[in-house]
Amino acid sequence: MTNDNLKPLDFYADPLPNVDLTELQGKLIVIEGPDSVGRTTQVERLRAWLEANGHAVVDTGMTRSTLTKEGLQEAKNGHTLGPLTMGLFYMADFADRLERVIVPALRAGFVVLTDRYFYSVVARSAARHQDSEWLERVAGCALVPHATFYLRASVDEIVARTARGRRYFEYWESGMDVPYGSNRYESFRGYQSRLVEILDSLSERYGFTVIDANRPPDKIFADLRQRIAALLEI
Amino acid sequence: MDGFRPNSYSGKLIIVEGIDGSGKSTQLSLLSQWLRSKRLVVSFSEWNSSSIVRGTTRQGKRKQMFTPTTFSLIHATDFADRLERHILPMLEAGAVVCADRYAFTAFARDVARGVRPQWVRNLYRMAIKPDLAFYFRVPLNVALDRILGGRAALKYYEAGMDLNLSSDIQESFALFQERILREYDSMAEEMGFHVIDATGTIKEQQRQVRKIVMNTIGDALEKDILRQPTSERRA
Repeated sequence: MTNDNLKPLDFYADPLPNVDLTELQGKLIVIEGPDSVGRTTQVERLRAWLEANGHAVVDTGMTRSTLTKEGLQEAKNGHTLGPLTMGLFYMADFADRLERVIVPALRAGFVVLTDRYFYSVVARSAARHQDSEWLERVAGCALVPHATFYLRASVDEIVARTARGRRYFEYWESGMDVPYGSNRYESFRGYQSRLVEILDSLSERYGFTVIDANRPPDKIFADLRQRIAALLEI
Repeated sequence: MDGFRPNSYSGKLIIVEGIDGSGKSTQLSLLSQWLRSKRLVVSFSEWNSSSIVRGTTRQGKRKQMFTPTTFSLIHATDFADRLERHILPMLEAGAVVCADRYAFTAFARDVARGVRPQWVRNLYRMAIKPDLAFYFRVPLNVALDRILGGRAALKYYEAGMDLNLSSDIQESFALFQERILREYDSMAEEMGFHVIDATGTIKEQQRQVRKIVMNTIGDALEKDILRQPTSERRA
């Protein structure tokens, strides 16, 4: 049985060494979106639901690479990470997970759910006035996902959720290294607004499916579940 | 085309390239001593030396976690950190920046590891085009004698053991260096390298290097480069 929704996987531009695309039988699904829109929760729920339906799932997410995790955290703690270095460090995190988590899982026929993809790396870099077209070409070694769901929320919603949940505005999530305002709150708002703008433009170019994330988590989940069920013919 | 950004600053960027054992570091060190003796402000940047990236590189090597792609990206991250923290500001301040290895090391080594040439060339489009690039060319057997004779044991990635060229580490190293040498040679003209015959005596090579420096950027060194005040000169 073939599924018209699911084209064979391909690279954006530059094939990774040592990867035979015909071996990749799994599905690659990306959950994108800015900070505090509830991506992690949604990935957890989707995983449980997919597994209940008999699909083997591997989930991964930005900054979780075993190669770069410690070093990246340390560099962020020092607050001396420059914007160019940051973009490439995140790309190294991405590539490590792509080659050592995502590709092996796809080879084994898993559904791979990834909490952000390289799009977030590009967005963060562009919000720091870097050459994002260049960084997108660096990401040319990425696989084109079967689907990317962009959890899109208004800046008011992002601010409110961050204040309710994390209850503080983190240095880098506030773009304080740029910065976008004269205090933490202003900079958080300004930086997150810019991220949403950039993700919107990436959404058009890369063809994301936009999910309204201003709604309660249950509604978002129901929406995602319905779309993924159609995609995977569950 | 290298695709680098042109150097629009008053400082000058001089870089050296060559395989392990070519003697490039010795030559760069002698050159910088000479420039310093003229009271020019000279700043050094060494490949793979960013303090921010060091822990990650060490871990990747120790646990053999690198793929050709992540090896390339981590070294580019290291380069980016040195570029934005050190190389760019010093060039803007008017110093001579001497770099021991530059993007060409990645072009040679990462391609020898199997990454796509156009991908790694794009990766280093962030770099500044050097004002002078020296390539210390040495036949493989000469470099191997120098390296294998007088140094500590070869390391895994340095010897290209990740490529499975040979299970013998010395043989793997030789095969890997041969590939790198081929890459350097094939880009030498395109990249505008000043090729120095690195089989000559250290003194003779240095004489040539200094002559090329004077002929190409001598005027700028005279006029544009930041200098140490004369009063600081020691008796």
